[in-house]
Amino acid sequence: MTDITNTPAAEYDAQLGDYFALLKPRVMQLVVFTAVVGMLAAPVSVHPVIGFASILFVAIGAGASGALNMWWDADIDAVMRRTAKRPIPAGKVQPGEALALGVGLSFLSVMMLALSANLLAAGMLLFTILFYAVFYSMWLKRATPQNIVIGGAAGAFPPVIGWIIATGSFSVEAWLMFALIFMWTPPHFWALALFMRSDYDDANVPMLTVTHGRPSTRRHILAYTVLLVILAVGTGFTAIGGYIYLATAVVLNALFLLGAYRIWQRDEVMAEEDNYAVERKFFRLSLYYLFLHFGAILIEATLRPYGLGGW
Amino acid sequence: MGIRTEHELHSRRKGRNVGVGIMLAGFVVLIMLLTFVKITQTDFARAPGTATPATGSEAND
Repeated sequence: MTDITNTPAAEYDAQLGDYFALLKPRVMQLVVFTAVVGMLAAPVSVHPVIGFASILFVAIGAGASGALNMWWDADIDAVMRRTAKRPIPAGKVQPGEALALGVGLSFLSVMMLALSANLLAAGMLLFTILFYAVFYSMWLKRATPQNIVIGGAAGAFPPVIGWIIATGSFSVEAWLMFALIFMWTPPHFWALALFMRSDYDDANVPMLTVTHGRPSTRRHILAYTVLLVILAVGTGFTAIGGYIYLATAVVLNALFLLGAYRIWQRDEVMAEEDNYAVERKFFRLSLYYLFLHFGAILIEATLRPYGLGGW
Repeated sequence: MGIRTEHELHSRRKGRNVGVGIMLAGFVVLIMLLTFVKITQTDFARAPGTATPATGSEAND
């Protein structure tokens, strides 16, 4: 006879927080913030309820792709120090549960976004989920050192989706916000790869640091930063820019460029002497960099109805 | 053995069940609000297939 009392009491029961951790809450914060900025920067106003619901569904979709990523990458996560405590390698959640949660929430979020906003926004969300979970996680990440470059696009789509929620169409401004995140992702992750040392080596992930070496990674960081600086400052002269954005961009990009230049000048001996202080500082700055750029776009958009924002 | 309504499993999973319940309730409220906004924002007089007679200028829209 099967009896429910046979369930072992000592067995760990996943709590709600463990399932929530599968959704990568920190990535979701960035997704929500950039999608909100994309939506508010658009020249069409959105009803607050529709806006709130749509952004929530975008966040759920992003979380779903995070759960699918954790399901697929559980073997890598178990090896890397940075990710070993994630719910699946820690034994808190079964891989099948993560897969079910990811697939279920993907369907739910895309369907609900189609109802709350429009079909194009829902289509873009579906494309983003598939891009991250299938194209990046299942293929690119383990196949090419350019994984971060191309995979970075997945994280860059949310402001475009936000813009489409408001307007129902694409535009140059939306793609500029996309490009900002897209170009920011490689220097951000390569700086992390420099000071996380052996994590990616241990997991056999073909990070640039592993395949091309650390000096090459330093050169790549500088090259991508130069391109990013041109793009970020140039955006200041478009419809989503303005005095506040431009001032913010000039200061941040000067600091970012200086950081990338210092990283390029150093070698491993110098870096190990101060425990990668310059690389760590650059990584921390990169977090503020993106937040403040999008914050400035948001301020410009908020002030525009009062005749203050923009040009 | 009598049927016990409260099993050890229930108390162990109480937090999880309450959390799912709250989320489902929130989802229901959200759908309700969305429906209300969509209905009040939609101009049904102009929706295709409605029997509302159009004025001369609207008929040419």
